Amino acid sequence: MTEPTLGGDAPLSPENDRVLQQLQAAVPLTRKDFVSDQEVRWCPGCGDYSILAQTQKVMPDFGYAKENIVFISGIGCSGRLPYYMNTYGFHSIHGRATTLATGLKAARPDLMVWVITGDGDALSIGGNHLLHSMRRNVDIKVVMFNNRIYGLTKGQASPTSEFGKVTKSTPAGTVDNPISPLTIALAAEASLIARSVDTHTEHLQATLDRVGRHKGSVFLEVLQNCNIFNDGAHRDFTDREVREDRMLILEHGRPMIFGKDRDRGIRLAGHQPEIVTLGVDGVTEADLLVHDESDPLIAYMLSRIYWPEFPVPVGVILDVKRPTHDELLSAQLEEAVAKRGVGDLRTLLDGGETWEVTA
Amino acid sequence: MTTPTKERDVPTQELERVTIRFAGDSGDGMQVTGTQFTRTAAVFGNDISTLPDFPAEIRAPAGSLPGVSGFQISFSSSDIHTPGDEPDVLVAMNPAALKANIGDLPPGGALIVNTDAFTGPNLQKVGYGTNPLTDGSLKPFTVFEIPISALNTRALTGLDMTNKQIDLTKNFFALGIMFWLYERSMEPTLQWIDQKFGKRPVIAEANARALKAGYAFGETTEIFHTHYRVAPAHLPPGRYRNITGNEATALGFVVASRKASRPLFYGSYPITPASDILHQLSGYKDFGVTTFQAEDEIAAIGSAIGASYGGALGMTGTSGPGIALKSEAMNLAVMVELPLIVIDVQRAGPSTGMPTKNEQSDLLQVMFGRNGDSPIAVVAPATPGDCFDMAFEAVRIALRSMTPVVYLSDAFLATGSEPWAIPSVDDLPDISVPNRTDRAGFQPYSRDPVTLARPWAVPGTPGLEHRIGGLEKADVTGNVSYDPDNHHRMQLLRVEKIARIANDIAELEVYGPDRGDLLILGWGSTYGAIRSAVERLQAQGRSVAHAHLRHLNPFPRNTGDVVRSYRRVLIPEVNLGQLLLLIRARYLIDAVGYDRVRGKPFRIAEIEEEAIRLLDDPEAPR
Ligand code: SF4
Repeated sequence: MTEPTLGGDAPLSPENDRVLQQLQAAVPLTRKDFVSDQEVRWCPGCGDYSILAQTQKVMPDFGYAKENIVFISGIGCSGRLPYYMNTYGFHSIHGRATTLATGLKAARPDLMVWVITGDGDALSIGGNHLLHSMRRNVDIKVVMFNNRIYGLTKGQASPTSEFGKVTKSTPAGTVDNPISPLTIALAAEASLIARSVDTHTEHLQATLDRVGRHKGSVFLEVLQNCNIFNDGAHRDFTDREVREDRMLILEHGRPMIFGKDRDRGIRLAGHQPEIVTLGVDGVTEADLLVHDESDPLIAYMLSRIYWPEFPVPVGVILDVKRPTHDELLSAQLEEAVAKRGVGDLRTLLDGGETWEVTA
Repeated sequence: MTTPTKERDVPTQELERVTIRFAGDSGDGMQVTGTQFTRTAAVFGNDISTLPDFPAEIRAPAGSLPGVSGFQISFSSSDIHTPGDEPDVLVAMNPAALKANIGDLPPGGALIVNTDAFTGPNLQKVGYGTNPLTDGSLKPFTVFEIPISALNTRALTGLDMTNKQIDLTKNFFALGIMFWLYERSMEPTLQWIDQKFGKRPVIAEANARALKAGYAFGETTEIFHTHYRVAPAHLPPGRYRNITGNEATALGFVVASRKASRPLFYGSYPITPASDILHQLSGYKDFGVTTFQAEDEIAAIGSAIGASYGGALGMTGTSGPGIALKSEAMNLAVMVELPLIVIDVQRAGPSTGMPTKNEQSDLLQVMFGRNGDSPIAVVAPATPGDCFDMAFEAVRIALRSMTPVVYLSDAFLATGSEPWAIPSVDDLPDISVPNRTDRAGFQPYSRDPVTLARPWAVPGTPGLEHRIGGLEKADVTGNVSYDPDNHHRMQLLRVEKIARIANDIAELEVYGPDRGDLLILGWGSTYGAIRSAVERLQAQGRSVAHAHLRHLNPFPRNTGDVVRSYRRVLIPEVNLGQLLLLIRARYLIDAVGYDRVRGKPFRIAEIEEEAIRLLDDPEAPR
């Protein structure tokens, strides 16, 4: 293929190119390496900025060269993120990013694949694909920006909008019940399930770090503020003044304690969780539920509790190991070759009954 | 031409061509019976063509009309192109099969019936007021009444089987009769029985006994006065196998993937009549073929696009209803200009239509069924064997031009079969294209000056990190662009890229005179019926030619010249005039259509008649 040279870098000889690449590989990457040359076009004040920044920040931690990282998105405000990452990126069609990611990962197990999606993209139009990518344990990292509204189409109710929500498309209030993204991820058997918050930058970074290191299907819900169409959707529990009292930061192997004064916790009464205060009625840390990321029943309980009845759990709610989709597919291919050898085309075409016709 | 044979004094008559239709309940094993006769005829060296016809219901009520399953095979000592317009012999295993098929049997045709199935309830079930075997309605035919069930049951006495199991073997008894009648060896089928039922010796023994008993019945009974011989055909020298269109399709894509040095990824969702391609490809893991049964049609194509993006040969396959669901993703592939193969095994529509029945009515859907001006390459095989060649061609085009290519097969091609001269692997060209690796001057939407293909820069290539997507691209850089003139330019570039494929494909071949009274232009599975009709017309001294389009977008470069070289152009299609619309619009000629959508392939005779009508019409418009 003859490629017209269109300015830019002066051409390097292949030899020099290789040397340059080796040099570059030797220098550790930083956040800046993951910033693309595209101007970011979200509304000023949008929660997406923070998610982008934290994503760029953690990206060097995983030991992947940036050419081996791919961001795939669907449609919605979140869908723009791949343009801003200086990696490979694919802005696909509404709801279908997980399908492209599944095919890409099957063909290229060597790549680290992220899927960026929103509550409408993932749970409404893309619900089926999300479900199946998780049950297959496709080794992709689905990060769902949950702002509980359709932003790009200017403010209609989404699958996570609260019941009765008045929006442009639901002037008398929506009659649809919202769904719990984390419960769905659990039902669909994702192997790492987590939640974080756009403005909670350190927590978000730490959670993204866990996400990046997990092998298997990740579902990360990021509570994100759309300051134009649904401002303050999560404010009641994410605001700086109240967040410690109204959010439960999960740590594996640690009792579930929350509150500014670290004096409240979650205890099981029968099979129901309840909020207790340490020191009151003789309650001690030993009475509290200890978080176990490997326990889907605890994860289920955590996926069902929410503000205002309970503090909102954030962090990793489930982390289990299962063989990934691409590992299983590759194993079948390898097994076939081990059994029958590498397929021979002549044998293939001659298969079945043949006969000779002579002149 | 009759000669006495040794066993019984039954003379043998030489025939050039015979068409047999086996018909029975879908539980009667008619497809197996037809397939076994086909194998035997193919290995013997006849030219063959087959037409299975089965209901969409897996098990419609026994003995009912919707439950009738049929298999027609035509075998010949000369070159044939179709499974035959009408059967010479109809084997009817029950009243439903008789009722559904007798209309196709010409007067004088032979009818073999299983009289045991003509009971009161069975006759009532399909609305026979009187028994057709006794009411004289079958007078025009040569009827052979055989109590197949009873004879078969007697042959199987002593085997440890239920009556139901015994009944399931009666198709082999019928097959045995046909083998005797046409002087065929039972060996290939006996071997097949051994392989298939080897683990269940009683069943194997029962089927083998049924077959032999049927054969012996032919030999000893007095009801047949002749048996028939159809000599081997004079096919071009080479190594042959019998192949269905779906098999040839799968093989073509596997070979193309090797010749392109790209692993094949096939994402698909089960749908009639395309599922067999998924089944077959899933057995080629040792060829590096990954198959992925997706959650739906959209996921199937999405995964294929993802695989192509990663540098594999991404493919998806479906039928018309699936294409409707895939349209948005096909458009994405058009926009991001990645190679992709979309197989459409067409079936009768609209909507769910008639899933197992044939039609070629998705042409306009795949040409235009997407938002925006969205040009896509389209190819269509003409015969079951041609499926191999066109599969290979689809991949060649997709890679060379970095474009999605639609491969339009249909139900008739998919399940029909013919002898196939096995190609030599070494003679097939290398169709590989390199990935872009050179970072100097890399731009995601720069273009090859000849084909206008953009570079294939796959993830993992250092220095070529870039972003693509469904939003309009700026020319060369591929950045998102809303610039009005850029959009117009990009539309023209996408159209021009597809148009330029015509510079690189075979010209349209004409069978017959270069100019003359009539051109019959076809595409897809109508090839056999049109070619046979044209052969007959030419033999009558008519000035008629046949051209068959295997590239539908773009058309071969000489298509305009060809269609303008005849006084009239007739376009027979199993749709209501889709190619006709394209040809008339594109070349401004007054072509006429011949359209029949009956879920069945054309008969030769109807095309011949239509051609004669046009040829003899003095008002023929130019
Ligand atoms: S509409 Fe909302 S979600 Fe979209 S960019 Fe603006 S603030 Fe962010």
